[in-house]
Amino acid sequence: MTPVLEVDRVSKVYATEPPVTALQDVSFSVDAGELVGIVGPSGSGKSTLLHLMGTLDRPSAGRVLITGVDVEKLSDRELAALRATRIGFVFQQFFLAEHQRVLDNVADGLLYSGVAQTERRSRALDALRLVGLDGRTNARPNQLSGGQRQRVAIARALVGDPAIILADEPTGNLDHATGQAILELLQRLHDRGVTIIVISHDRDVAARMGRRIEMLDGRVVFDSGAESALVPPRDHDSPARRTDGRA
Amino acid sequence: MTSTTGLEVRRLRSADLARLATVGLRTRKLRASLSALGIAIGVAAIVAVLGLSSSASAALLNEIAALGTNLLVVQSGQTLAGQPAELPDAAPAMIQRIDAVTRVQETGSVSGNVYRNRLIPSIQSNALSIEATSVGLLATVGTSVARGSFLNAATAQEPAVVLGAAAAQRLGIDRVYSGERIWLGTTWFYVAGILKPALLAPSIDASVLVGFPAAETYLGFDGHPSTIYVRARTDQVAAVDGILGRTTNPETPGEVDVSQPSAALVAQADAQGAFDGLFLGLGAVVLLVGAVGVANIMIISVLERRSEIGLRRALGATRNHIRAQFLAEAVLLATIGGAVGVGMGVTATAIYASALHELVVIPLIASAGGIGAAILIGAIAGLWPAVSAARLSPTEALWTV
Repeated sequence: MTPVLEVDRVSKVYATEPPVTALQDVSFSVDAGELVGIVGPSGSGKSTLLHLMGTLDRPSAGRVLITGVDVEKLSDRELAALRATRIGFVFQQFFLAEHQRVLDNVADGLLYSGVAQTERRSRALDALRLVGLDGRTNARPNQLSGGQRQRVAIARALVGDPAIILADEPTGNLDHATGQAILELLQRLHDRGVTIIVISHDRDVAARMGRRIEMLDGRVVFDSGAESALVPPRDHDSPARRTDGRA
Repeated sequence: MTSTTGLEVRRLRSADLARLATVGLRTRKLRASLSALGIAIGVAAIVAVLGLSSSASAALLNEIAALGTNLLVVQSGQTLAGQPAELPDAAPAMIQRIDAVTRVQETGSVSGNVYRNRLIPSIQSNALSIEATSVGLLATVGTSVARGSFLNAATAQEPAVVLGAAAAQRLGIDRVYSGERIWLGTTWFYVAGILKPALLAPSIDASVLVGFPAAETYLGFDGHPSTIYVRARTDQVAAVDGILGRTTNPETPGEVDVSQPSAALVAQADAQGAFDGLFLGLGAVVLLVGAVGVANIMIISVLERRSEIGLRRALGATRNHIRAQFLAEAVLLATIGGAVGVGMGVTATAIYASALHELVVIPLIASAGGIGAAILIGAIAGLWPAVSAARLSPTEALWTV
């Protein structure tokens, strides 16, 4: 079976002065139905990896394949279509449209995939049911708690039935209890067969994932899903740390 | 787009694009309405200038249309030597023989001055002239009597006079009563009637009219017509105009002047209606300032909505989708401004024109052009912000707040 995501010897160098190597020779693959936590401290290259996995950016070297499709070979327009149909994003800041009710926020997840509005809304209702918010379809985002807002964002990522969901620090803006509830929700979705990759700096979050990939200084230092489980230790000729303070 | 990967970019449905275009307007209402107001004021100024000038000329044009545009006036010109020429006595009868001519009436200039009574010093002639006239003149030139009656076959023989509108005013006569008379230098003439203004034959206004036989009997008139008023069939006016000179005076057609008074009046009405270039220019400047306002608002909007742009890219929007959204928003903003502006301009025209009792006329070009200009301005003003929004890389848009 083709993995839904393959990261193959990927490097990313930002052409700043001096150049910053954010990722170096990163390889792993994710099969359908996996729940993966990518964890690492600030500056370890997690966010860069997220950009590359989400096809929001292209690698400097190596290949990223989504459902077997090589991102390198796609035009900008095709990448957009790939994101519209095969990738769902969940962000730390939720990014909900305050002027729209919950149902339409979720329906907008299908806006760019050519689905008519009535169909978008009916699928949005299904997605809201999955996250347990089908009772709040007409609420505005500002009438919801943080946890509920993140559920709406998760429903928006789910609505297109993507091959993979990328969640960037999904509990980062939530208190501990609410964060736990969101993780339970992700676990439940995983049980239903949804492929989810959670990126976090929080080891506790990663510990709850079925598979854990640890990053440090732009490299994968541990992958519980790899055959040998432990990536062999390496010299500390590590790439320059990114200086912009971003992870 | 076809592709081996089966990844097909979907066009945004127009209903979705329309909804997206309203996002910025709905979320920032005050700012949107203020920037639309700039466009509205510019469009209103232009619509009002065009509307007011059209309304001013419309009344006059209507009157001309009612009077008919088929009146031709034949006048004696000058001889080659520069002397005043005379029209042949037989000219009216000759013109009458032209097929397309429906009516012919003539007047002849009679020398002499007009006074209210014998005691007025002869120098105070009020610049009035005496014209001998045929009795069917009124219907041909398109006027009628305001008071009393016009000359008829009987009164045309007698010392009776009908006053042109301006002549009556200058003589201080505003009604006709029996025994009312004026002094024509040598003889008393009794006032039979007063005319309404003759728009198509203004020379009649400042004249007093007497019958041909009376002019010959009492004022020493030689009987030569000097002006012939001709009504032709409307579809034949140009043809008749072309042969009038030769028909009137076959020997020396160059001594005859033929004119079409309605043409001159239409030109005058147009001149009256010519919109004021200054105000129109002012409107254009306001519109330009409005356009800069829209561009400014859109640029700020793009800056503020980076995360929305990033999110949309993550949801699968292409650069084209983003560009279309922001361009549509700018066009919508300007179009709303344009529509409000047309409304304001029409209202201003209606109020002003009805205050002057003029017809309210809004030329289609003003309202359609106003909206059209607004759409164009929106597109131009929105182009750069839309392009820069589309250029934003998704990672930059999402992670730089």
